Amino acid sequence: MDDQPLIRWDWIGRNWDTGRAGSIMSLLVDHVIMASLAIVLGLVIALPMGIACVRWRWLYQPTSGVMNVIYALPSLPVFMFLLPVTGLERATVIIPLGVYAVAVLVPAVVDGITAVPDHVRQSAVAMGFNPLRRLLQIELALAVPVVLAGLRVVAVSSISLVSVGALIGQGGLGNLFTDAFKRDFLTPAIVGIVLIIAMALIADGLLIFLQRVLTPWAKARRST
Amino acid sequence: MNWLIDFFADPANWSGSNGIPIRLLEHLEFTLAALVVAALIAVPLGLLIGHTGRGALIVVVSANLARALPTLGLLVLIVLLLGTSTVLPVLIPLVLLAIPPILVNTYEGIRGVDHDLRDAAYGMGLRGNQVLLRVLVPVALPLILLGLRLAAIQIVATATVASYVSLGGLGRYIIDGLATKDFPSVVGGSVLVAAFALAMQAVFALAHRLSVSPGVSQRLKVR
Repeated sequence: MDDQPLIRWDWIGRNWDTGRAGSIMSLLVDHVIMASLAIVLGLVIALPMGIACVRWRWLYQPTSGVMNVIYALPSLPVFMFLLPVTGLERATVIIPLGVYAVAVLVPAVVDGITAVPDHVRQSAVAMGFNPLRRLLQIELALAVPVVLAGLRVVAVSSISLVSVGALIGQGGLGNLFTDAFKRDFLTPAIVGIVLIIAMALIADGLLIFLQRVLTPWAKARRST
Repeated sequence: MNWLIDFFADPANWSGSNGIPIRLLEHLEFTLAALVVAALIAVPLGLLIGHTGRGALIVVVSANLARALPTLGLLVLIVLLLGTSTVLPVLIPLVLLAIPPILVNTYEGIRGVDHDLRDAAYGMGLRGNQVLLRVLVPVALPLILLGLRLAAIQIVATATVASYVSLGGLGRYIIDGLATKDFPSVVGGSVLVAAFALAMQAVFALAHRLSVSPGVSQRLKVR
């Protein structure tokens, strides 16, 4: 390799926000949009699926089998399977990442709900909660820590996986990696890695904060 | 569908250095080489940390970092730094990304062993190493195998992406196909990679079945 400095700060300065597509800022926004859509899509699908698997236990075995298989599929070929349907669009990246998210979240939802102690459930029945209210106010509320633990895994890995989409031109910050490789230029690769890890840490922190807010009883228990 | 038939029916795809058998063998080689190296590093380390309880922080940090680290970025970075004259630079990221899942699951497996069981083993007069190898490892084996399986999945996926930075293997069909708008090659290659990943899953399921003691996997009901 030729003697280039590890980071050329002037390149970062010039390309941070040029207002055109391909500037670091616009790639960052793109990345955030794709990752968050995938995470939300996964959660929206996984919640009802998980609840259904708890209600009808026989559903869970086959569902988790299918999830295991899906999770084993590498992302790049899965993007390619969608290519004939969706073309070189963002959806080609978002949909598979959403599906991976579902594969992680469904077991989390099921574990979270089934871990609710029986006496708590019976108390709810005794207090006159109908099944829907019991689900929303007792079971899902108590499942929050387990579901959020799954969501943290999903958030961090989705943020890092979006970059593989760069191979079909839809990778957000991942485009910095292909750019770096094509031009034999280190700086974009380092900028991309740093920004993606930073984003993952921020998302993780936000979800930890969300868990604090959603489970006030945990704090009360800690302080006693 | 027609693309698939185009791809698999083309005799050119079955012979020579770009033929399916050669590419498949390459993919298998990279995967096994990276998995073995990663396991040689991560399994002993996980056993050590799990058994002694020292250095648990390494495990937590590496687990989180590995998930956040973009594979494509790591590949490009290492290849730009070390060049592509040999295969070695590309194998480094594969190994690096395979270590955390093995390390974490080995550690969790050893830590998760029932304390009564551990005490009983010491009570029977086994020494530290014997407790580890004769009691803790067999009981933790399902999780250790899970770690190896997750690592294998990670390696197969990364090796596919690594074709972008000039690694051979099945990913070549996808990357080259995209570059030349040869979509039968893209889809055919994708099918091959997916089938390869599923075959790996099946191998690990079989290994689990054969190596985990019936008492641990609860195939044998204890009355």
